[in-house]
This record gives sequence, C-alpha cells and structure tokens, in this order.
Amino acid sequence: MQINVVLNGKTITEEIAPDLLLIDFVRNHKCYSVKRGCETSNCGLCTVFLDQKPVLSCGILAARADGHAVDTLEGLLEEAKEFAMFIADQGAEQCGFCNPGMIMNAIALFRENKEPSDEEIREYLAGNLCRCSGYEGQLRGIRAFLEYKKQGGALCVQ
Amino acid sequence: MRSVGQPVRKKDAEALLTGQPVYMDDLASRDCLIVKLLRSPYANASVAEIDTKAAQMVDGIEAVYTWKDVPEQRFTLAGQTYPEPSPYDRLILDRHVRYVGDPVAIVAGEDEACVDRALKKIRVEYEVLPSILDFHDAKDSPVLVHPEKSWRALCPVGADNRRNLCASGESHEGDVEAVLSDCDVTVEETYHVKAVQQTMMETFRTVCYKDVYGRLNVMSSTQIVYHVRRILSNALGIPKSQIRVFKPRIGGGFGAKQTAVCEVYPAFVTWKTGKPSKIIFTREETQTASSPRHEMEVSVKIGADHDGRIRAMDVYTLSNTGAYGEHGPTTVGLSGHKSIPLYGSLEAHRFSYDVVYTNRMSAGAYRGYGATQGIFAVETAVNELAGKLKMDPVELRLKNMVREGQKMPAYFGETATSCALDQCLARTARMIGWKEKYPYRDLGNGKIRSVGIAMGMQGSCISGVDVGSATIKLNEDGTYLLSIAASDMGTGCDTILAQMGAECLECPVDNIAVSGADTDTSPYDSGSYASSTTYVTGTAVQHACEKLRERILELAAKMLECRAGDLDFDGRRAKNLQNGREASLAEIGVRSMCNNANALQVTESYSSPVSPPPFMAGAAEIELDTETGHVEILDYAAVVDCGTVVNPNLARVQTEGGIVQGIGMALHENIQYNQSGKLLNNSLMQYKIPTRLDMGKVRVEFAGSYEPTGPFGAKSIGEIVINTPAPAIVHAIANATGLWFRTLPVTSEEIAMGMLEK
Amino acid sequence: MLKIKEYVKAESLEQAYELNQKRGNRILGGMLWLKMSNARIHTAIDLSGLGLGRIDETEEEIRIGCMATLRELELNEPLERISQGLVRESVKHIVGVQFRNLATVGGSLFGRFGFSDVLTGFLALDTYVELYKGGILPLRKFVEMKRDNDILVRVIVRKTYGNYVYLTHRNTKTDFPVLTVAVSSDSRGARAVVGARTQKAVCIALPQEWKCRLDQGNCSGKELQELSKELAGEIPMGSNLRASAGYRRHLAGVLIRRGLLALQERGRQDAD
Repeated sequence: MQINVVLNGKTITEEIAPDLLLIDFVRNHKCYSVKRGCETSNCGLCTVFLDQKPVLSCGILAARADGHAVDTLEGLLEEAKEFAMFIADQGAEQCGFCNPGMIMNAIALFRENKEPSDEEIREYLAGNLCRCSGYEGQLRGIRAFLEYKKQGGALCVQ
Repeated sequence: MRSVGQPVRKKDAEALLTGQPVYMDDLASRDCLIVKLLRSPYANASVAEIDTKAAQMVDGIEAVYTWKDVPEQRFTLAGQTYPEPSPYDRLILDRHVRYVGDPVAIVAGEDEACVDRALKKIRVEYEVLPSILDFHDAKDSPVLVHPEKSWRALCPVGADNRRNLCASGESHEGDVEAVLSDCDVTVEETYHVKAVQQTMMETFRTVCYKDVYGRLNVMSSTQIVYHVRRILSNALGIPKSQIRVFKPRIGGGFGAKQTAVCEVYPAFVTWKTGKPSKIIFTREETQTASSPRHEMEVSVKIGADHDGRIRAMDVYTLSNTGAYGEHGPTTVGLSGHKSIPLYGSLEAHRFSYDVVYTNRMSAGAYRGYGATQGIFAVETAVNELAGKLKMDPVELRLKNMVREGQKMPAYFGETATSCALDQCLARTARMIGWKEKYPYRDLGNGKIRSVGIAMGMQGSCISGVDVGSATIKLNEDGTYLLSIAASDMGTGCDTILAQMGAECLECPVDNIAVSGADTDTSPYDSGSYASSTTYVTGTAVQHACEKLRERILELAAKMLECRAGDLDFDGRRAKNLQNGREASLAEIGVRSMCNNANALQVTESYSSPVSPPPFMAGAAEIELDTETGHVEILDYAAVVDCGTVVNPNLARVQTEGGIVQGIGMALHENIQYNQSGKLLNNSLMQYKIPTRLDMGKVRVEFAGSYEPTGPFGAKSIGEIVINTPAPAIVHAIANATGLWFRTLPVTSEEIAMGMLEK
Repeated sequence: MLKIKEYVKAESLEQAYELNQKRGNRILGGMLWLKMSNARIHTAIDLSGLGLGRIDETEEEIRIGCMATLRELELNEPLERISQGLVRESVKHIVGVQFRNLATVGGSLFGRFGFSDVLTGFLALDTYVELYKGGILPLRKFVEMKRDNDILVRVIVRKTYGNYVYLTHRNTKTDFPVLTVAVSSDSRGARAVVGARTQKAVCIALPQEWKCRLDQGNCSGKELQELSKELAGEIPMGSNLRASAGYRRHLAGVLIRRGLLALQERGRQDAD
C-alpha cells in the first residue's frame, strides 16, 4: 500500500507492507535515534511525535501515519541539544540507549507544561524506562534546564 | 588534582543524547543475513529427529543448521580469563537441549519474514526427558543435566557432572561450631534471591562479516572483546588470528554482556556462508534465554554475646547455575567472601557451597556477582540478630564492622588498606534520620513509616587474574590517543581513563582521544567486569602515561641537546631550566615522526595482587500500607567509600542506578516459572523494573578514603552499589510489620497476607 | 508477529461493518494489544478517518468516539467534572503518556479485558455504548454479551450526577492492576465495580438502604468493613502472575471499604 508521511518535515511517498510498524519505517529512513527496547510497548525507547503528540512507534502501524506528520529526534536536534547538555552535565546519559525516547518525551512535556513540578515530570516520563541512571540524574538535569529556561536561557551553558 | 576528581562530561555524551547512530544495529550493513534461533519448548529433551528440508526451501533462506552441522568441541560462553573456572559444557547446538529456550536450530535468511516462515517449517521430534526444575533436587539426582563424556572442568572447582555439581567447596578459619555453641545468642536463617535479570535496555546483538583477508569480523554489544575472540575460536575451531572482535557503543550491560550470549550464532553463519549476518535477540529471548543472576539460597548462622560482640558466622550457599555453568563456580565465592568480611570481630567463620546444574536458563554475571545474594543474607541476619539482642542495628554494626588496617581472614587474608565503612554507616544513619525514625512510626491511618539499614562491599578486580592495559601515543600536534580494551558500556570508563591520563600528562581531558575496544587495535584487557576498569585499567593508564612522559623528555633532551633530567615538563612544553630553551609538545610530536627511532607510544599492562574492597552503607525509609501490603519507598540514603572519586557525576549516577536496580530486586522483579519450566516473566510487561515513580528519592554521598594501591587512590564503584537496597528494605519492612521476609522480591501480597496471619 | 495482508482505511461505518463480517478481518483499535499477538489478519480495518476521535459534550451526555485515546479521556474537562476525577484516575496509571496517546477507548472496552482499568471506571458511571448495528445499550449489558463482529462506535456517558471514587492496587505504579475498584452513588443507586480480578469487571448494586445511609454519611467504619468483606466474598477471583485469588479477595474488601468511606465523605460534604 502507498502512504504519504511528513517525516521530519520532508514528505515521503512510499509503498509499504500493511503490517510495517512505524518504528521500522522511520529506521528504514535512517532515523536511527529511534530504538527498540521491547516488544510490548513498555519501554518508551521508540517515542516519536505523531502530529506533535508523543507516541510509541512500536505500537502503531506505519499505515496509520498516512497523511500525518512524524517527527523523530533527528528532526528536533536544535531543541534537543539545548536540553540534552543539561543531562550531560549530570552524567545521566549513561549508556544512552534510552536517551532519544526520553528526550522526545521530555520535549513533549515542556511543550505541554512550561513549569512542571517534580511529580508532574515523573508522571509524564513514567513510560520512559532507564536501567542505568536510577532516574535521579535525569530529574536533576531537567530541573536545571527548566531553571535555565525560566531565567530566559540567560545562564551560561557550560 | 586538575582532572581526576572533576565532574567532566562523558566524551560520548553529545552523540548519545542526540541519538547518533552509534550502536550495533545502527551501524550494521543493511544487507546482512538475519539470524534467528529455533528454541526448545522442553526443559530437558533430546532431539530425536529434525527435518529442515521444508525450511531450507523457503524463498530467501540461506542456511539452516542443526546439531549435526556444528563442531563437536565443548566450550563455555563465560567471559573469564583462561583457563576459565566455568566448565566447558556447551556446543553451538547440542542434540541434548537442557532448558526451555535452548537453541535447536539456527536459521539465516535475507529478511525477517522469510526466517520466521522457515522457523515454522522445521519439524522436530523430541524425546522428552525427566527434568530438574527445583535446585534443591539437583545434587546427586538420578537425572543428569550433563551426562555427556565430553563435559570437562578446566579448573579444580569441585565440579562433578555425574552429581550435577558445577562447583563445590569450603573454607574456614577457627572452629566455627565451637564458637557458635559458646555464643549467647544465635540467628540461623535461610535467604533466597531469584535469577533476576540485568534488563539493560539494548538486548543482546552481534553482527559479523568477513574482511578483505577473509577474517571473521565481529561487532558485538559486549563487555569482553578479547574473551569473545577466544570463545569464538573455541566454538568454531579456528585460530584467533582469523577473528577480530570489537564493540560499538553498548546499550547497557550490567554483567549480562560478560557472557557471549549471542555471538556464536552469527559467527557460525558468517564463517560458513562467507556472508555478513546479524542476530538481535528479542526482549523475550533476552529475558528467557540469556545470563541472569544466579539464584541462590544462602543459609547463615551467626552468633553473638549479649554485649553485642559478633563472634562467629557460618554461611552455606546453594547456587543454581541452570543448564550451563557460566560463572557458576565464581559467583558463588563472592556470596561468602564479600559478605562475611564486613565483620572484623569474628573469632571463627566458615563458608561452604554447592553450585548445581538444573534445567533452567543458564545463569551468568549480574552486577554484584554473588556478593549481592550473600550480602542480602548476611546483612538481614545481622538485622535479625540486632532484634534478638534488642540492640540498635547501627550500634551493633559500629561495634563489629571491619576497620581500616584490619586483616580480613574471610577475604583471602587481605588487609583493609582503605576503609571508611564507619563513616559511611554513621553518615547514612544521619542522612536518613535514624535516631528519630528507627524503628517505625505508626501514622494512625493504616500506614506505618519505618527505616532499615545495611552495609555492603565488593572488590576492585579479580586479584592475581585480571589484566588491564593501555596504549598511549603522542600525536604530532601534541594531542594523544589512548587505546583500551576495557568496554565503556555507558559507565563512562572512556572518560575517566582519559581523566587519569590527563592528570598524568598535565593536559586537558579533551586532548586525549580514546579508542576501543577492538582486539585488532587495543592492547589486551580482560574486559569490563569485576568492577576492575577504574582500578586495574586505570593503573595501566597511569603507568603508560608516566612512561610516555619519560619518552617525551628523552626526545626533547635530544632536541634541546641536554639531559632529560635537566628538563621540566608542564604538559605543554619541555623546558631546560638552566638555559631556558624549550620545545613545545607539538614540536616534540612532529620531531618524533622524522628521523626518530624512539616511539612516542607506550603500552603498559597491570594486574593487581590485591582487590581492595569499596564499602558502602544504605538506608531506606518506607511507608507501608498494613492492609494492602504496599511499600512506598520514600527515601534512600547511601554513602559510598570508593576511595578517590575520579568523576563525581559519574560515580553518583552509577550509585543511583545501582540502588534503583536493587530496589527493583527487593520489591518488584519476580521470576516465575510454570510447571514445565517455562519462564513467565518474559517481557517488560511481565518483568517489572522500577519506573521513575517506583523509587522514591535517592540521595548519595561519598566518604573519603585513599586506596594506596589504586590509581590516584581510587577503588571501584560499578557493582557495590546494588548490594544494600534489598537488606535495607527488608529490614524496614520488618520494622514496620514485625515480619521477616527472606525471599526476594517481597511482594505486597506476602506482606498483606503475612499481616493477616499475625 | 502480527501479519496483515491488506489495509483499508474505512470511508464509512457501513464499509467497515461489511469488511468486519469476514473471518480473518479485524478492526484496529489502538493496536497495542493486537500487535503483541501472532494474529494473521487478512484485512485490517482502520476507523481513524471517520471522525470518531472526538469527545463532545451535550446537555445530557458526553459522547466519546471510539477512536478517542486514553490520554484524551485523561485530559477531558467535562469527563473530569462529571466523573469527579474517576476517569482520569482510571487511566493515568496505564504504562505511560506515549502509550495512552495510542490506546483507544473503543479498543479498551471492546476487548472486555480481564485487566481493564477503563472498563472498571466506565462501569461505575452511567455509561452506554453505541454499536453500529446493535444500537445503544448500557455498558453493563455490553460486557455480558459475547464478542461479535459489530462495531463499537461511541461511548456515551450520561450526566447522572453523583459521587464516584476509583481505587486500584498495582505492584508497580504503571503495571497492570492487581485489582481495580470503583464505587459510585448516583440517581441510579449505589454500586461497587470490581475489575482486574483476572476476569472482566463485575458490577454489584448495593441495597437502597445502604445508598441512603452512605449519602447521609452515617455508616460506621465497622459496618462498612463488614459490608465490604461480604461484597468481596461474593466476587469470583482468579490467580495470575501478579497475585493470588485469596489476596485479591482480601484487597477487594479493603479497597471497597476505602472507596465507600471516601464516597460517604463526599456525601457528607454534599450534605453540608
């Protein structure tokens, strides 16, 4: 079947198998930031935006994305990098495998909620598993980033 | 110190955080054969007939292999220094399959769809055999997991395949029974830790291809490139010169990737077909056919006098290695050798063990490596003893714990050359508010708040065995390249080793590029496990850099026509203090590449005769719902003595991560089999690791000690951090309920039902 | 692995219904459960082009299209108001935001799953389902029906103002529930819904006398404890990986009592 997807701002028209999952579609298009950590939609590693909303790309057919916009970390690099360096300053990226999914979902959170509380951060990111960091470093990084944004981005990023 | 002790960003941080294609499946060529395995549905069976004709006919299928096709020499998948203590009990494919999930056939084809189709078309007739599912039944059972004549143990570890023994042994000092019978109070209990999973986010995976010389190139998500090379050489029966193993970035390991869980299959396919191939384990395979923690039942008898002097400890461990012996003989040792020595007051101790084969998935290495199981047992027993003695468990520990300078008879007679365990415990107690909160507070609404505490230790390497190496070389512009075969699996060792190099060479960390791990280009290193990278490879880096400094000065002396002894080197230039003449590092670098026979490249190896333990204390505060049994972790405080902290950020995150894994093991991560031996916790849906809502608040501090044998005073951090949560949380639960739960995980059901029975 | 041969984005419900009558064809909900199965589907029927993702409020009811996601339920203001937070509470623990942005209310209810928070929650409200051929019927009736090839088009919640409380016990915060309990008291009477008992949720109506006393807020803790235990004892429970039937029965007693206590507290506040 044929689909039209706007992937990271670029329109792609392609013949696909009906059972192709969105994760495999975007990886086929070299969006390698999108990782697979499970087969049961539990880990959050494959988070992408579908029409600006964070979804699990392993839990949706590429066919469903027909006529919609899909964004991966590759398409959000500027925004992601600004935030990511605050995670780096905690050393909380560790193995890195869960990072793209977490960063995507964190960006979704920041867009929805400019000043989330710790509890709101934890709840929003609950579907992003990380086995390395114990989550505290991610939280510290997010808080530092939010503080930086609150100050109008005036703080010097190291 | 300028670089050591600084919270330097990880060298790979930006690439990892921006999702760059740096992992195996991002880098593997798109036209690899896809390799998958057909697995046994039976816990113990023999393949009577196997028909692969129909599978081979499927369009796109390149090859289907069965036991008939593989070499006959046995080997182990354990990543250990040769001769491996783990018995040689594996074949690539065995006619005898020994657990639900044991591979029966390898299928390779051009895409996943055709391989899936082919897998369904393989017809297997099994002769189902009686199985051993309960590890209590294994020793001397008439059912043998490894009846084969070709089974062999390379080391004297007390193994006997005719008795289902992978290892057994005993060590002691003093007459433990006599001292115990003389004690006023004793506690004797048995503690059970299940075969929990490392659950790194990236599953097992390997890609193989042949290079221009026809050599087998293996890019694998592994902690042990050199051991994988040997394992493949053993398995395929080919010389090591024909194999190159290297790793890309690794999506977590925690010991799982210290076993060559998946490498042999694509290696065999590529070696036979000449074509590139890759295998990526599903999460289900990673949960059910991999290398989890050894299930252990640890029986502790501990004796003390009324005044709280702990006098004797007797520990027996029954360990379940599963169908194969990977890490079986070694993990068990830590259950005694890294728990008993926490107490310096003992007049006598004994440690004995059996490691048995069963028809369950083979166990392997998981952060803590047996120490976790032993410390859960011993620390809980000590907490139970405190209850019996009616003593504050912090006081009891302060009275008995090992102190700096003390000899540790249960730790191979090593001396605690650096030990701030007393500070760790006292500070942890202060952080959690022990005085105010111990043992519990009834909130009056069916909720009880309570605290629990525990100590832990680990090693910093395998003494007298592990080898760490480093090659440091000066580039002509005055920057350096550091080559290592230790594996950064997210831990940050590339960065902290560069920090150590920068400290020695007095340069910015950014001036040292790091490369590895690659058996073609990195100097030999046993690999990243046993908490050894900082301590062993770190020392090798230090030695190599010191030597390179000397070489730089020698060349500079030649350039400046003086003696090396007259020169001062500040990292940027060598200067003759007498006449002021100087040569910049870049000039020296350039000079080294013209008319020079003195290589500005140094390789140093290091191996340590001792393994100084890091120490730690951890305390949990929980809120327990007495009706539902729910345990909410409110706060976890921990203080770690890892000697000099090389990178405070990375050490902190290591600690936080280990603690949260420990919380998962204590409360959530369950291992449940059905009656035919199939593991039911086979996905992230059924095996629940903590989310960020399940862990409360984790607070970590460091206590200062300086390890004289370590690089810049450092010990290890990687493993110890998982050891305290289970005993501390079980203690807190006991303080809230009056009930001791001695099997992990402690579920809300057990707590609630226990409260009802009270 | 799930295999799909054809994919049809339905242009009308009639077309979807026709296709769905053939064996081997399936309607796609959020697909999260379906994709974990090894189902071999001939034609997958996608309803996402039919405008069924909307949640509309009218004078009397809230009409939820079957393709509305759990996340949309969670954030929907009218539902929040009508259900006193019950709807949000019933979905917010499900895996994560990204999962709830995919899972649909239609898929969750049509499956009549034995672990369902969503089913438990909606059973406590005055909820109806609209089936393409079967028309509008109470969710309670729908739950009892055998699975057929009709299409669940809409979920309709009538604004039957009352008090609602949702409680759940989980082994970890975002895991499947070990047990779900929703209690309600509105013009239809008082009821307790118990779900995730390894079978689909059941709804037990409380005697009218209890409803009055709860609304007036004059039940003693002891009375509620006995009542809850009795109710819990009537409900068949199953065992699975997460818990035993015995523990579930015990939990049901505890959670029903807590629910009723909270309900009574709300009743008292209303009375004030």
